[in-house]
Amino acid sequence: MAQSEPPPPYHHDLGGAARFRCTPIEPDDPPLSDFDRRVDALRALLRQKGLITTDEQRLAIESLPPEAYDGLTYYEKWLRAIVAVLLARGVIGWEDLA
Amino acid sequence: MPKPDPRPESIALLERLVAALAARGIVSEEEIAAKRAATERASPQIGARMVARAWIDPAFRALLLADGSRAASLFGADMRGQPPLGVLEDRPGLHHLVVCTLCSCYPRAVLGYPPAWYKSQAYRARAVRDPRRVLAEWGTVLPPDVQVRVVDSTAEYRWMVLPLRPAGTEGWEEAQLASLITAETLVGVRLPQPGPALPA
Repeated sequence: MAQSEPPPPYHHDLGGAARFRCTPIEPDDPPLSDFDRRVDALRALLRQKGLITTDEQRLAIESLPPEAYDGLTYYEKWLRAIVAVLLARGVIGWEDLA
Repeated sequence: MPKPDPRPESIALLERLVAALAARGIVSEEEIAAKRAATERASPQIGARMVARAWIDPAFRALLLADGSRAASLFGADMRGQPPLGVLEDRPGLHHLVVCTLCSCYPRAVLGYPPAWYKSQAYRARAVRDPRRVLAEWGTVLPPDVQVRVVDSTAEYRWMVLPLRPAGTEGWEEAQLASLITAETLVGVRLPQPGPALPA
């Protein structure tokens, strides 16, 4: 861990983050799962219907705790963000998710 | 590393959410299926055809560089609700590399779903810090006198690269040229390679 440089201001702000300096990039692109494609399509529909904006989604993903941000898959993070935005807007209630 | 599967609780959460939205008349399974099919029609082939056209048609090249969104819509890309598309012109001595350091902003209308590596934390962190070593992991080794310009895609503006047309492709048809272009060349981690000429 390099002590000489300050950490990025937020966990998601990864540009130049020193902790990945020696992490190779996996060049594979495995196919998306059915879950991934459903979440992706649902998000697109909700955006089209004016029920979520890109910025709301982004803020919700960036607000995940670091363990969740690092541990969840890409579309699991999207799903968490969609749920958080729809709850905050009152489109759905907690009882829907029980 | 294989892509991890979503957790069973995530799959259950999605189904509860979809059921709740369907019960309120907000989203139906049919709409989800239709949106998914529309999304899957976008692929790097659209971007590839745009690059190939730009290589042989100077007027289209000028349009592509001036107004990427309009150029993309001429190739059937659905740009409605999409941020503007910017096109980065590689030149001799100048190479472009695109990243989204904050997440995964990507010109989906002309490239399709962003690849796993583009969304990876390692790519996002390293592309802006050590681009030449990142490029070398794809076998792209640029001479030291070639400048590398790294451009951050954002929620407000999406970028793709217009690579240099490789030598040895003189006289090629547009479709042959398009076959050299992949998502990796449109992001800038690889250069188009002519390889053996395809049968005309």
